[in-house]
Amino acid sequence: MLTKRIIPCLDIRDRKVTKGVRFKNNIVLGDPVEMAARYYHEGCDELVFYDITASAEKRGIDIGMVREVAAAVHIPFAVGGGLSSLDDMSCVLMAGAEKVSLNSLAVENPGIIRDGARAFGCQCIVLGIDPVRTNDTLRYPSGYEITIRGFRKRTGMDALEWVKRAVDLGIGEIVVNSVDADGTRAGFDLCLTRLIATSVPVPVVASGGAGNAQHLVTVFREAHADAAIVAGILHAGEVTIAGIKDRLAAAGIPVRRVW
Amino acid sequence: MITIIDYRAGNLTSVRLAFEYLGVPSEITADPERILAAERIVFPGVGAAGAAMRNITELGLAPVLRRVVRRGTPFMGMCLGAQIVLDYSEEDDGIDCLGLVQGRALRFRHERPSVKVPHMGWNRLMIDRVHPVLEGINNHSEFYFVHSYYPVPVNTADIIGRTDYEGMDFAAMIGRDNLLATQFHPEKSGRLGLRLLENFSRWNGIC
Repeated sequence: MLTKRIIPCLDIRDRKVTKGVRFKNNIVLGDPVEMAARYYHEGCDELVFYDITASAEKRGIDIGMVREVAAAVHIPFAVGGGLSSLDDMSCVLMAGAEKVSLNSLAVENPGIIRDGARAFGCQCIVLGIDPVRTNDTLRYPSGYEITIRGFRKRTGMDALEWVKRAVDLGIGEIVVNSVDADGTRAGFDLCLTRLIATSVPVPVVASGGAGNAQHLVTVFREAHADAAIVAGILHAGEVTIAGIKDRLAAAGIPVRRVW
Repeated sequence: MITIIDYRAGNLTSVRLAFEYLGVPSEITADPERILAAERIVFPGVGAAGAAMRNITELGLAPVLRRVVRRGTPFMGMCLGAQIVLDYSEEDDGIDCLGLVQGRALRFRHERPSVKVPHMGWNRLMIDRVHPVLEGINNHSEFYFVHSYYPVPVNTADIIGRTDYEGMDFAAMIGRDNLLATQFHPEKSGRLGLRLLENFSRWNGIC
């Protein structure tokens, strides 16, 4: 039986792991390679790195860091933020990342999805989305609007319409990061996650809002997520990977136990 | 020394890094001379079968690979490599492959549309028969998969281990004599994947 994946997310700024609420008030938590190695040894199933300042400051991705991570962990990891071309994607993948995560770039230039999928395969191309809840269901039938550039820019695009189009263009996975739930530790946005997970034929990763292990049980059981991202509570030491997996296993949710 | 075949099907960095971590020397090459002289061969790959077979043909590798396998060189296919070793793949409107193991690669077709393709993530290997490369690896250990097609060998004796995806049982590890192939990615499967690669680096091709 396919297990549910637990994916620690590391937000990187100036080669340090940081954490903030809604991209604000960031504090430094540690070295990305050391933290990645620690979570790998503790049994995480995958890792994701976002260069959170890259888009805003128009800098490229730190390829040296990607190489060091690839040498330290022997599980899949994704890199996002700051990718602006097929060349950038190629560099990240050649440095040892399994996947690239496209967010703002995909909205501004959807053709990059098709080109990336053709060049590297669909399984490499992750679509990251940051939808925000809206009451304007006339304009946004799903009840969610896509934002980009770290929640700073609204796009006028309906969330469900966008993911369906992106699937047609060739993405292999979607990370659904709720703007409303991000950093709140009040639990994942179940409604949003379920909506996307039951509407697309590719795996869906729930992101934003994990406050305890039970929140992960709920998002797998009730929202049909295939994987979930944890960040704040893991970095703060409030939960461990093993603790989360114990809880999931006790609830009858399949998880990878031997590493 | 491990010879990693580069037939332009995906990047080989992770495979190289895994052997580097294990302290096992490796080389990446498409040179027929080097492949013919290889001690052990790893045949990885991601992407589509059609393009992969075209590259293999262009590089003149098909007869070379057949020869080394027939000669008894320990050989391990991974992911797409586990499909290309078969006779045929359904991918890209159907394509003839290397024919090193009798069988075909078929696409996942589930009755329920809610089952996602690709099969992506960690899944259990149910071991059907003992193999030197699985030494120290318990039955039902998890490995990392990402694929939309799966191998169907003609002879069930060629199945070393199986994996279940939503009620669909497929051959996740196949092999005969000195040839071995995993549908999963050992190089991305943590400690147990590394153990498998380490076992392979010592395997004499006899099972």
